[in-house]
Amino acid sequence: MSAWGREREARDARITAGRSLADGKHVAAADAVALLEAVLRPGDRVCLEGDNQKQADCLARALAACDPARVHDLHMVQSGIVLPEHLDVFETGVASRLDYSYSGPQGARVARMLSEGRIRLGAVHTYLELFARYFVDLTPNVALIAAVSADREGNLYTGPNTEDTPTVVEATAFKNGLVIAQVNAIVERVPRVDIPADRVDFVVAADRPFYVEPLFTRDPAAMTETQVLMAMMALKGIYAEYAITRLNHGIGFGTAAIELLLPTYGERLGLKGKIATHWALNPHPTLIPAIESGWVKQVHCFGSEVGMDRYIRERPDVFFTGADGSLRSNRAFCQTAGLYACDLFIGSTLQIDLAGHSSTITRSRAAGFGGAPNMGSDPHGRRHPSETWLKAGREAGGNGDPALRRGRKLVVQIVETFGEGLAPAFVERLDALAFAETLGLELAPVMVYGDDVTHIVTEEGIANLLLCRDADEREQAIRGVAGYTEVGRGRDRAMVERLRERGIVRRPEDLGIEPLDADRSLLAARSIKDLVHWSGGLYDPPARFRNW
Amino acid sequence: MDRLSFRHATRRPHPGTRAEAIAGVVASGNLEILLERVLAPDLCTVEIETPVTGYGDVWEAVVADFVARAQPGGLRISINDGGARPDTVSLRLLQGARLMEEAP
Repeated sequence: MSAWGREREARDARITAGRSLADGKHVAAADAVALLEAVLRPGDRVCLEGDNQKQADCLARALAACDPARVHDLHMVQSGIVLPEHLDVFETGVASRLDYSYSGPQGARVARMLSEGRIRLGAVHTYLELFARYFVDLTPNVALIAAVSADREGNLYTGPNTEDTPTVVEATAFKNGLVIAQVNAIVERVPRVDIPADRVDFVVAADRPFYVEPLFTRDPAAMTETQVLMAMMALKGIYAEYAITRLNHGIGFGTAAIELLLPTYGERLGLKGKIATHWALNPHPTLIPAIESGWVKQVHCFGSEVGMDRYIRERPDVFFTGADGSLRSNRAFCQTAGLYACDLFIGSTLQIDLAGHSSTITRSRAAGFGGAPNMGSDPHGRRHPSETWLKAGREAGGNGDPALRRGRKLVVQIVETFGEGLAPAFVERLDALAFAETLGLELAPVMVYGDDVTHIVTEEGIANLLLCRDADEREQAIRGVAGYTEVGRGRDRAMVERLRERGIVRRPEDLGIEPLDADRSLLAARSIKDLVHWSGGLYDPPARFRNW
Repeated sequence: MDRLSFRHATRRPHPGTRAEAIAGVVASGNLEILLERVLAPDLCTVEIETPVTGYGDVWEAVVADFVARAQPGGLRISINDGGARPDTVSLRLLQGARLMEEAP
């Protein structure tokens, strides 16, 4: 063997070490720990698949059960820190370094372990950014992935939750890495081949099906009149005015309310066919009424959503599906679609400062980013025009030849001025700054930078930051929609009124909206059960949402 | 438990003849508002009972904006708060004022 094939030699040695535990490529769940101890080497870069949706949980449990005397100081490079086992490996010493993207449910423990120095943090990334680094300087030595089924040869069917798998496998398998898949079932023939067998080295028959979090299900019963009001303002003041057809929504109640207002309030405004036709979006159950009413032409998905599989299967004109009929999602492609092919991102956040920077990190929780910073940023590599993008670019101003002027992606933050526990959404100083100081980070974890934000929608009104011409105007526009928070009460009232005359701050009445008309009866569905009805019984909500 | 009380002069009496109305419900994150037409037509009082302490200045601002907007002269307003956010308080006050404009 020449000196150019050392990685391949190392890979062959790992396969040989694991082979004694396998029948062909197949390994019993009971032998998963022994397999990992046989193939892993101290200091390996390991991608343990898991994001804000599906989890390779059987392999996560096996990794956490490895003997730290044999497997230690791993460098975890993975989308999500979601399961307790994802952090247990840092408690035992199996792993020591971490580069990740998202950590919703484990956010508090991540923050604690970081401050105790139990984790050596590389960086918190966006999904797309971490995927990019898989191909440059964070290429995994071993990938531990999840699929629905495998055949004898190791061809994998990932099912509707394909998500990150093709990206992780691409980076690992084609750079001398080892791919180990957990599967719910071994079958004679997989329904479709999502990952070909020659990219898969070992297959573990999991003790139970992999876990999927229903993160994108919002119960209409919990939507408030305030959220309905904000959704009305967003539809009339932004979607209609910029004629937004291509878009991505965040996961909050405000955007779910917008989805539920399309067939009612949107219809009344005469917007059907003119807005919200093409989506980069998970299959949100709250989008069902708009789909059934003929609003939605197509949707590409990052992942699937629990309970939506049968509905999607019956709507192939709308969703991307395989020859087997089930959804094919792909996080990397959908993130790219959201970044380059959408004219609007709208989502919520926990804190916004006077410059418009926003963050979901608080002093005690490191929630990470996921995809929001990519969705919520103006891509400077974009070159194709659209009327929406050009209009936003014109509003942002600038001199010179219009043919040389960039357009702008619309990046909208939709927030209630007070959040859970009366925590103000508007602050003078982001908690992210204190967080960065405590941990000695060079960069405060900002989700969306102020210069990317174009509009802020609250129950008090819409601030159009594109039209602001200096930092002072920007600050007062933000204060002008910050309600009764300290930031809001600290406004220069006269200046906010001048901004209002210029259309930079707009109140509900400026948009012809009467706040008292913001009624829950405007929601196309007012419960999960209504969504099931809209779907013709095809949507099968998870148990925790079956509250009727 | 905080008890707050505000008293405002108004430029005009609140329209309508309805003697009393209730808006909202007593629930966590919500509030119940009782409106009674019992005061002089150029006066409005608002009494608040809330389990959340330390938000006196926010209540003061919410009530002042409501009075300026609705001019609820003659109304005695009693609020039983369940920890509602200020925007919900504003909305319920406006809903209550609208109810008082309806026929009894």
